[in-house]
Amino acid sequence: MFAAVAGALLATLALALARAVLGPTVFDRVLAANTVGTVAVLLLAVMGFLTGRPDFLDLAIVYGLLNIVGTIAVLKFFRQGDLGDPGEDADPRADGR
Amino acid sequence: MSATVDIASWILLVAGGFFCIVGAVGLHRMPDFYTRVHAASVTDTVGAGLVLIGLILQAGWTLVAAKLVIIGLLLFLSSPTAAHAIAKAALGRGLQPLLGREARSSKR
Repeated sequence: MFAAVAGALLATLALALARAVLGPTVFDRVLAANTVGTVAVLLLAVMGFLTGRPDFLDLAIVYGLLNIVGTIAVLKFFRQGDLGDPGEDADPRADGR
Repeated sequence: MSATVDIASWILLVAGGFFCIVGAVGLHRMPDFYTRVHAASVTDTVGAGLVLIGLILQAGWTLVAAKLVIIGLLLFLSSPTAAHAIAKAALGRGLQPLLGREARSSKR
């Protein structure tokens, strides 16, 4: 039965990957990559139970942390064109420039 | 493990897999970007939550269950943040939502 859940998660991965390849805008691709990351976390957890080795859960935690950092970094780059830009909300007088 | 907890765990796991596929089909078939954000959040919230609760019921009171709770909290905090950031970045770059009249005319 863990194999059935793993198969469902693999089908989810395939559909999200198709959207990442087809996606008309870059934001569709980022959204699909974020979904792939979430499903990969779940798939790692299910695989740990399927093979009887719960050590995979540590990998799932690390993958989830990397997923959110990567998504936010890519979005900041495509929104502002610069990873070091403080953004439009920041007050330009605050740092003396 | 008692049979009741086992059955409840399998029901939750199968429902979680079903909702993951529902979110992915929506991600594949929805007509524009903002509706796809809505479909993808089904996978991130209901699908992930049900699968993790089912796995916690399988694990019982162990360290494995604690790690699953940590993963659940991580997804609970990070996926709405990511969805909000994606939608705000798309709106900031000028991607227009598909509104009712255009959606009907493009369907013809």
